[in-house]
Amino acid sequence: MYNEIAANKRNSWILVVLVTAVLVTLGYFMGAYWGNRYGGIFLAVIVAIVASLFAYYSGDKAILTMSRARRIEKEDYPQLFDVIEELTIAAGVPMPAVYVIDDTAPNAFATGRDPQHASVAITTGLMEKLSRDELQGVMAHEMSHVGNRDILFATMVGVMVGSIVLVSDFFLRGVFWGRSGGRRKSVGGAGGAVFLLIALVFAIVAPLFAKLLQLAVSREREYLADASAVQLTRYPEGLAAALEKIAGDKEVLEVANRATQHLYIVNPIKPFEKRGSSLFSTHPPIEERIARLRAM
Amino acid sequence: MAGIVLLVIIVAVVLIIVGLYNALVRLKKRCDNGWAQIDVQLKRRYDLIPNLVETAKGYLKHEREVLENVTKARQQAIDASGVKDQAKAENLLTSTLRSLFAVVENYPDLKASQNLLAMREDLVSTENRISFARQHYNDCVMDYNTKIATVPSNILAGMFAFKPVEFFELEDMGQREAPKVSFA
Repeated sequence: MYNEIAANKRNSWILVVLVTAVLVTLGYFMGAYWGNRYGGIFLAVIVAIVASLFAYYSGDKAILTMSRARRIEKEDYPQLFDVIEELTIAAGVPMPAVYVIDDTAPNAFATGRDPQHASVAITTGLMEKLSRDELQGVMAHEMSHVGNRDILFATMVGVMVGSIVLVSDFFLRGVFWGRSGGRRKSVGGAGGAVFLLIALVFAIVAPLFAKLLQLAVSREREYLADASAVQLTRYPEGLAAALEKIAGDKEVLEVANRATQHLYIVNPIKPFEKRGSSLFSTHPPIEERIARLRAM
Repeated sequence: MAGIVLLVIIVAVVLIIVGLYNALVRLKKRCDNGWAQIDVQLKRRYDLIPNLVETAKGYLKHEREVLENVTKARQQAIDASGVKDQAKAENLLTSTLRSLFAVVENYPDLKASQNLLAMREDLVSTENRISFARQHYNDCVMDYNTKIATVPSNILAGMFAFKPVEFFELEDMGQREAPKVSFA
């Protein structure tokens, strides 16, 4: 587990460096296109710093707000609190803030930067469908993400990947619709065209790259959190049965999106949806996870 | 030149020793903390039991013995001292509580009472807390005991008298495999 924590901290740093590199490169070409390279780089560095700080300190709040999660207290759902309190004892971590998403689709996630600043969220649909043991399995999975610091990396990926996509979207729009104004001092001739081309390619590739990064990190992480969850509860069947119930459900969680899908215990974006695609799946197949749990 | 090298080596060795020592203290503290956590949860259970017995009493007129066993086991657990005795007394208390809830199954009125349902959730949760606290304590003890027995920490552990800590032993293998308590 200590290795996991170190790896997640290291990965978070790598992410910040990578995202800064991507933004700076993007900024360079954007600047070149608009006639001021250093201005572009300067802006990109500022954006990278602001995005990193925001992701670190407020990423969890942004994600919870985006998911329309509301904070609850013990009186609202005593059993849920009991289950989570039990697990904090097993994991030796402080009690996280507990959130509920009013949606019948069954799912759950954890976010935050460390166990002292952690939040877990669960949909009301999942709470209604699960027995106590299954609920314990699901929350143990989430508490494992908290204990391993997966939440730090996953939250930062969510927010920073979101910011890259935002910047390149902005740029693409600027290129396609902004030129008619003719205000910009563009680098003339063939050189300008090359810059524009590179910048365009980059703007298209950047979100893709960010996406690849996002899914490279989360598949193994889910298996690991499943295993750690069992280490906490010593009862694989609880989580296996819960995953089975979630897998069998065909409801769609509307509040989940491309930037937050990797946080959830089971991919909230279903393959039959238009927005889903198996190539970019952030989660391992749920049948495989259940099989691994049952084999423990 | 040789003097500088020697100085660097000495400083490095001192830093390593300080680091190892602090790691040992940290691990020991975690064990103490883990033990305190078990205590908190055990007290929680002691506090729940009188209420439970009181509620059940009205319904279980012919099961006096079961209730008395629970009360007696509770007192024994409170009086126990030392890791081994405590573990034994707590295991006894757990099994008497189990038989109480097994008996409750035969009394539909009691089983359905709102009071008892809430108490059952409290007790299930407390049982889980106790086994999780115990599990966490044992994990901490294992980390600590391994540390003081392995090179190079064992040298420091010997010098500063870091003693191995006792595990909170479980009663039987069955319990080890399924520490979860379900009264349902």
